[in-house]
Amino acid sequence: MLDAAYYAALGLSSIHEKVLAGQRLSFDDGLALFRCPDITAVGALALHVRCRLHGHKAFYVVNRQINYTNVCVNGCTFCAFRRDAESDPGAFAMSLDDVMARLRAADATPLQLDELHIVGGCHPTRPLSWFEDMIRAVRAFNPNLPVKAFTAVEIEHFSRLEGISSLEVLRRLQAAGLVMMPGGGAEIFDEELRPQICPHKADAAAWLRISGEAHSLGIKTNCTMLFGHLETYEHRVDHLCRLREQQDKSGGFTCFIPLPFLTANSLLKLPEDKVGPQRGLDQLRTVAVSRLMLDNIPHLKAYWIMMGPKLAPVALWYGADDLDGTIIEERIGHMAGAQSAQGMTIDELEHSIRSSGFTPVRRNATFNIMNDTDSPEARQ
Amino acid sequence: MSTFTPAHSPFEEESPAFADVREAAALAASGQRLDRTAAEALYYKASLHTLAQLAHGMRMRMHPEPVVTYVGDRNINYSNVCVCACRFCAFFRAPDHEDGYVISREEMAQKVEETLALGGTQILLQGGHHPDLPLEWYEDLLRWLRQTWPQLHIHAFSPPEIFFWAEKFNLSVTEVLRRLKDAGLHSLPGGGAEILHTGVRAQVSPNKCTAEQWLSVMEEAHKLGLRTTATMMFGHEESPAHRLDHLFAVREVQDRTQGFTAFIPWTFQPAHTRIQVDPLPAPAYLRLLAVSRLVLDNIVNIQASWVTMGPHVAQLALFYGANDFGSLMIEENVVAAAGVSFQMSRADIHKVIRAAGFTPIQRTMDYRPVDPQPSV
Repeated sequence: MLDAAYYAALGLSSIHEKVLAGQRLSFDDGLALFRCPDITAVGALALHVRCRLHGHKAFYVVNRQINYTNVCVNGCTFCAFRRDAESDPGAFAMSLDDVMARLRAADATPLQLDELHIVGGCHPTRPLSWFEDMIRAVRAFNPNLPVKAFTAVEIEHFSRLEGISSLEVLRRLQAAGLVMMPGGGAEIFDEELRPQICPHKADAAAWLRISGEAHSLGIKTNCTMLFGHLETYEHRVDHLCRLREQQDKSGGFTCFIPLPFLTANSLLKLPEDKVGPQRGLDQLRTVAVSRLMLDNIPHLKAYWIMMGPKLAPVALWYGADDLDGTIIEERIGHMAGAQSAQGMTIDELEHSIRSSGFTPVRRNATFNIMNDTDSPEARQ
Repeated sequence: MSTFTPAHSPFEEESPAFADVREAAALAASGQRLDRTAAEALYYKASLHTLAQLAHGMRMRMHPEPVVTYVGDRNINYSNVCVCACRFCAFFRAPDHEDGYVISREEMAQKVEETLALGGTQILLQGGHHPDLPLEWYEDLLRWLRQTWPQLHIHAFSPPEIFFWAEKFNLSVTEVLRRLKDAGLHSLPGGGAEILHTGVRAQVSPNKCTAEQWLSVMEEAHKLGLRTTATMMFGHEESPAHRLDHLFAVREVQDRTQGFTAFIPWTFQPAHTRIQVDPLPAPAYLRLLAVSRLVLDNIVNIQASWVTMGPHVAQLALFYGANDFGSLMIEENVVAAAGVSFQMSRADIHKVIRAAGFTPIQRTMDYRPVDPQPSV
């Protein structure tokens, strides 16, 4: 049995005790969990915490992603999505009409959207006023649709471009109707490693500061970690600890999303042992350790677009409580080589959750529950 | 009430409502045989992690060495022409359909040569229930394969094909098996088992042999010294209880014959078939896989199915009771016809096994390591 003696034999007694008592884990605890070869022992602890927070619920969202441009000044080494200029092959930059046309197509009844997720590259010239107009147009089209848009990286870019503070950028976007920010661009915080991955992007301090500023204005945000590239377990635990520390201060992180690094089309070439289909266990382990370390962030997403539709529901047993959503069109992960379909229907998501042993709950961008029906007979 | 009411956190199993799970888990952990009641308690109520821990514990007792095996073979479907019209099948073509085929010797020779060139040691040869080919056609094929490539292991046909020929040619099952064995057949794959429950089979594959007939073909094969595998395809129109029926039926035959080398469960893939259900997600697969390991205490090997589940879940399956990664699967047509086409090279399989902490070893059908091991 997975009892105290079992964890003692693995040298994880104190971690087992802390988890059952709801106590905070240390940096070294996080490292020990990453290094533990017994995936079941680690997964069971994470599941325990996940069920303490959310019972048997598993969340999903009916959402739409709009990636408004892939033209970007950042030049991150891992990114297969970005282009340097609008004239480059494969580059695109949507007009406001393009954005609204996509939204109108997606928000048609009966598929009422509960989240609009808007992120894009750091476009060299597009002014903040364009983004304010976009949010206002979306809000005018559907006042009930929560707009989740712009990572801390984009906010920092707008701030530089406009010569105003990031807090001012956030205030203007909030006034236009922004309610939530996605968690992208965190990548990996370590100061030595980050320049090798994303040399020109907002650094760790800026990313965390902007998240805190958003929280201070009442804008909830998500947070992420990009893993499976050049980083070590120490870098991962450090990243998780910094998120936890920021959350202690500002409290506005809603959901953490671990993002497995997809190698197929990346410019960042990894050693042969990090490339290939052998990283399923590492993905589950990272979900589990993240759940255990981030004791102050309520939700953890197994983003099926990146993990794949086969592994993502398994992650519900390893600490995740959310599968993200119907999506419909996603470009960043797919240009990086994600093999998953571009969308899942509500029925497919609900079946997948139910037959995995959980109760599907439809939520919106800010994790308000949209329906919480009794689960019918599960087909497993 | 739902059949499945699992404890989610394994630490919930300490509550009185899970006394039966604890009792069954104690049986399994001490290596004692599970009866139906214990199997039901674990399958329906145990936390997925409890099942993983018990199944992996049993696997490590049966295979203490940190090795995961796989076989180098290729699925060759000699024909897709079939009179069965099973509702779950996206591969078959009815007789006279323009896409129907019977493989030529030239094609077969090319496929075998490719298999050997890639370090493969065997072929898995299966087809439909072809209405016109005489038994001599199969005997000639086996003799030709055996003479042309004496080193090649021929893992061929399945109980439904054997039973079909026995009826068609008015021979006993034993006689058909004996003739095929004499012509060069080495072993019999465990396909066509689907769910070994007569009612379920009447629904999903009404024109194929019954559960009892499937099991009796295997028993006859084992008596003749032909080793076989056993499979289960689940997640179509059966109930969870039928899956347990299947496991216990296989275990009962194995108690008498010891002829099954391995058990291979996988989930039904519904695309392009005439059974409209959503495919079972991976947690349901892992739950059944672990219970298979625990119930089938007399079958030495349990295979993970990367072909249906993909490499990530198959890697995790190595901690749910599986000690074998199945086949290199140089060619596969039947699952691919149902819309699922994962592909793995030998290097990929080695990486997946190594990243899980095991050493990959290429084996033969009867689980001996090939010598020398191929270089990757």
